[in-house]
Amino acid sequence: MNLSQQVGEFVVRVDPERCRRCKRCVLNCGFGALSFENGVVADHKKCAACQRCVVFCPEQAIRVEHNPLAMKDNANWSYEHRRDIWRQAESGGMLVTGMGNDKPFFIFWDRMVLDACQVTNPSIDPLREPMELRTHIGKKPDSVQFERQPDGSLKLKTNIAPVIELATPILFGAMSFGSISLNAHKALAIAAQRCGTLMNCGEGGLHEELYPYGDNIIVQCASGRFGVHAEYLNRGVAVEIKIGQGAKPGIGGHLPGEKIGLEVSKTRMIPQGTDALSPAPHHDIYSIEDLRQLIFALKEATEYKKPVGVKISAVHNVAAIASGVVRAGADYVMIDGFRGGTGAAPTIIRDNVGIPIELALAAVDDRLRQEGIRNQASILAGGGIRNAGDVAKAIALGADAVVIGTAALVALGCRICQKCYTGNCSWGIATQRAELVRRLDPHEGAERLTNLIGAWSLELKEVLGAVGVNSIESLRGSRERLRGVELTRDTLDILGIKPAGR
Amino acid sequence: MDKATDNSIQIDARGVYYRDLNASVREAIARGVKQIKLLNVNGQRYIADGLDRQVSIEVHGVPGNDLGAFMNGATVTVYANAQDAVANTMNAGKIVVHGSAGDVLGYGMRGGKLFVRGNVGYRVGIHMKSYKKQVPIIIAGGCAGDFLGEYMAGGIVVVLGLNVGTPHGSSVAGNYIGTGMHGGSIYLGAEADPRRFGKEIGITPLNEEDNQLLKELLGEFCADFDLNADEVLSRSFTKLTPHSHRPYGKYYAY
Amino acid sequence: MSYWDEKCISGCGLTGFIHVNGARESGAAVLESIAVIRERGNGLGGGFAGYGIYPDRADKLAFHLMYQNEKAHEDTERFLLQRFDITCAEPIPTRPNKFIQSPPLLWRYFASPRADYLRRANVSEDDFVVDAVMTINAQIAGACVMSSARNMGVFKGVGFPEDVGEFFRIDEYRGYIWTGHARFPTNTPGWWGGAHPFALLDWSIVHNGEISSYGINKRYLEMFGYKCTLLTDTEVVAYLVDLLVRRHGLSIRMACKALAPPFWREIDAMPEDEREAMRALRMVYASAALNGPFALLFAYKNGLVGFNDRIKLRPLIAAKRGDTYYMASEECAIRQIAPDLDDVWSPVAGEPVIVELGKGLVTENEFEPAGGRVRSQS
Repeated sequence: MNLSQQVGEFVVRVDPERCRRCKRCVLNCGFGALSFENGVVADHKKCAACQRCVVFCPEQAIRVEHNPLAMKDNANWSYEHRRDIWRQAESGGMLVTGMGNDKPFFIFWDRMVLDACQVTNPSIDPLREPMELRTHIGKKPDSVQFERQPDGSLKLKTNIAPVIELATPILFGAMSFGSISLNAHKALAIAAQRCGTLMNCGEGGLHEELYPYGDNIIVQCASGRFGVHAEYLNRGVAVEIKIGQGAKPGIGGHLPGEKIGLEVSKTRMIPQGTDALSPAPHHDIYSIEDLRQLIFALKEATEYKKPVGVKISAVHNVAAIASGVVRAGADYVMIDGFRGGTGAAPTIIRDNVGIPIELALAAVDDRLRQEGIRNQASILAGGGIRNAGDVAKAIALGADAVVIGTAALVALGCRICQKCYTGNCSWGIATQRAELVRRLDPHEGAERLTNLIGAWSLELKEVLGAVGVNSIESLRGSRERLRGVELTRDTLDILGIKPAGR
Repeated sequence: MDKATDNSIQIDARGVYYRDLNASVREAIARGVKQIKLLNVNGQRYIADGLDRQVSIEVHGVPGNDLGAFMNGATVTVYANAQDAVANTMNAGKIVVHGSAGDVLGYGMRGGKLFVRGNVGYRVGIHMKSYKKQVPIIIAGGCAGDFLGEYMAGGIVVVLGLNVGTPHGSSVAGNYIGTGMHGGSIYLGAEADPRRFGKEIGITPLNEEDNQLLKELLGEFCADFDLNADEVLSRSFTKLTPHSHRPYGKYYAY
Repeated sequence: MSYWDEKCISGCGLTGFIHVNGARESGAAVLESIAVIRERGNGLGGGFAGYGIYPDRADKLAFHLMYQNEKAHEDTERFLLQRFDITCAEPIPTRPNKFIQSPPLLWRYFASPRADYLRRANVSEDDFVVDAVMTINAQIAGACVMSSARNMGVFKGVGFPEDVGEFFRIDEYRGYIWTGHARFPTNTPGWWGGAHPFALLDWSIVHNGEISSYGINKRYLEMFGYKCTLLTDTEVVAYLVDLLVRRHGLSIRMACKALAPPFWREIDAMPEDEREAMRALRMVYASAALNGPFALLFAYKNGLVGFNDRIKLRPLIAAKRGDTYYMASEECAIRQIAPDLDDVWSPVAGEPVIVELGKGLVTENEFEPAGGRVRSQS
């Protein structure tokens, strides 16, 4: 075996004067980077910069720094480019990574600004006046009819398809049990229930312990059909067909064997230690009418009591695809932009395939309106949503609600070290190792998630107040409230917004 | 046509532009007139704004918006309904309305009294303030609309609800009573559904001091409008006060 | 109309009245009423709508148009002649007023749809007229339709309302419903088309406030073929009312509930049937909801409706004297023309005040569509 030519990206420095040799850091590191021999000894190559040791050191004695290795500057060949080639030369394999695209592509959220009201139209004071965020996800008819009862009272005559009521337009995105731990799943479920929103169990099936939270869970039906059975379908409040995800459009899900432990094996019904690969296409969906068939099969299996949605990745012709999906009968379309996260994906796909959610969302919303079918399905948008500002802008572009994955994990403690695929997450989130999973207390995690959703909802209300509306439906799709800063004409055109100053 | 007798005059306001009308009023006051009667008023705005002399003005007809805004000492009596923004940021003086009044009354009021015989509209008593003896007072005989006492920081608001149960008296006060309130008190003379209360307020039982206060204030109110004080005082009052001085502390991450 | 066009913002004053018994009164009354609240405007816009003003031509559609130039005039007439039989085409009578300067060309046409064209289009007469109006406004540069219905007309322009009214000789018309508007625009000061009322078929709207949901209301309406071209947010109200009431068959009260929906917490507290109905209404018409402060008066051939946003951020007062109902931004506007009133009251936020011809104040929940009790006014 040739000696690896790679060096560590990070260096762990322990201040010997402060260190009280409690060994807490050694115990906490999930990557095995720290050991103890008359003092803390670091194997720098294994450090993932997950900050667990730094946070848990009682003396704040640890610093994790970039390895200050000087390499000749090269504007074309970054350190990462060189390092990746060394890795491939040593392994002959595809590079794999976790979380979302980290490359410096343009972020459109940061070039859009929101309006505020002054003088001619007052802003509203969200702390003192009612501000409504309630959102309904599902298919809505064009119009409604009423009829009079014999006693003179009002009754709805039109049949409305089942819709899901959310207290706030922010949902937790699909993250499979397998890619994340059971405790993380539980934390999401408890928080979703508390916040009046939903989590999505992802393509790994639904563990029994989450059954009591069914009213706040979307169950996913992906190409691997892991854990999909009739009871599963009826447990959740909606069923989502996963066609793609933003981090890896065109390819399937990937759970490395390291992460298939006992519980995952049981829930997914596959052997322990094997790689769980969901094929890229559903092998029964090769054309749009096949999708329609699956949608209705699911509706029949759930007796038309649950909305059936479809999750697609944002790609070049996302508008046409979304239109097809809606016409195929989906009650909602979830669009995952190229910044979406993942537990494991080939780096080359994660960083080069897919389009930004801002553009995809605008294009889909426009197309559905042009075709007169916008009310037939709700649009959920996600893929790198970082704060309530992004949420507000997404809604102004036309999203019914916004989906967060990475942000939720960060709330639980994730530092986005991108090592999820190793299953060594020191925070107990993206791992199945029992000793690591145990660290994530579902109730504490749920509280952190609830705080996040609560804080963003308050911020969203502040934004609504500033734009002078007191319910979210008056901002939804109101492109007039956005302006672009330093965007090209084409981009402004696609986003359907004016440049700031007009 | 002006008629002058020593220190009281009459002005016919019919068709007179508000600027001219108010200029005449100020000019008369500067001359030493103490009582002014305005006849045929209809819609002239800003009457008695900023007046700080102890003069009395009678308004016959519906005055325009912002009656008595920034007023600092006069007494104004309106023999008709009043419109919006009466007593806006008023500091001292008294306004008596023999009728109903509109929205946004007593906004930022810091002293003085506003008495309205009938209903008052929306957003009455917003951000009233008080300091020691400087206490603004609003009393309405009828009902109030939504957002009564919103953001109140001091002062006293009394809504009697004498006409509750009649066509224009569905509830003594509307929704969102006292939202954002952090000072002052609201007294309601008829029962209000607690679901109408803003998050920041709660019911406080009345004590001797409250009863004394109501006796004094309502005594004056009833005298102004020829009402039976004993009957009015025998009503069951609910006192609403804020829970805290800093109701929004927990919303911010510092 | 692309998203590039600017929306004009305005603040304003309103007034209106309806003689429930159908008695027709000179427009001088509405002029006098709006003049009292001229402070609410800044002299850059005024307008009026009168119903019952063309009694001897009541069976004909009365199109009121304004043209910025001769070409617009020619193009529009050519277009109208293709689709309508025009029995009379004449300039709208005006009298000089020293404050009304550089008016556009103002014409009116008494017309009926051409039978063959209507048959080929295979749509209702109302849709036929709406389509013609949308086409003229969107495609004929410099042309703007002020009103498009039988036995009613809109007169509007740039100037103080009393001057605009004087200019259009409003006092010479007699109507059973009149509405008037004083405008305070902060954009496009010279644009006659931006004044209120906005009308489509027999709906006419005068509006005080700003519709902060305009961006989405406009996109929603565009899905149904309406084109918002008049650069003012009020335009969406006219089209929304047309969509909800005429095309979707909602009663006026239900349409108002869609435009100013009850808060969710109020809906949650309703009895089951009503709760289901309100929830469905609000979900379906989410993009039609008008947000922002507003007071509106909308009139149609059978009635007058006054209506506020659900936290009443703009003033509106209603009153009654005998067989007549009045609504205005300020009580003084009503008192000016009706010093003695039987009743004066402040409408409740979000609850429309509906007064119907021949009926008076409508207080119960109505389920029949607004057109369901047509009494022909001929």
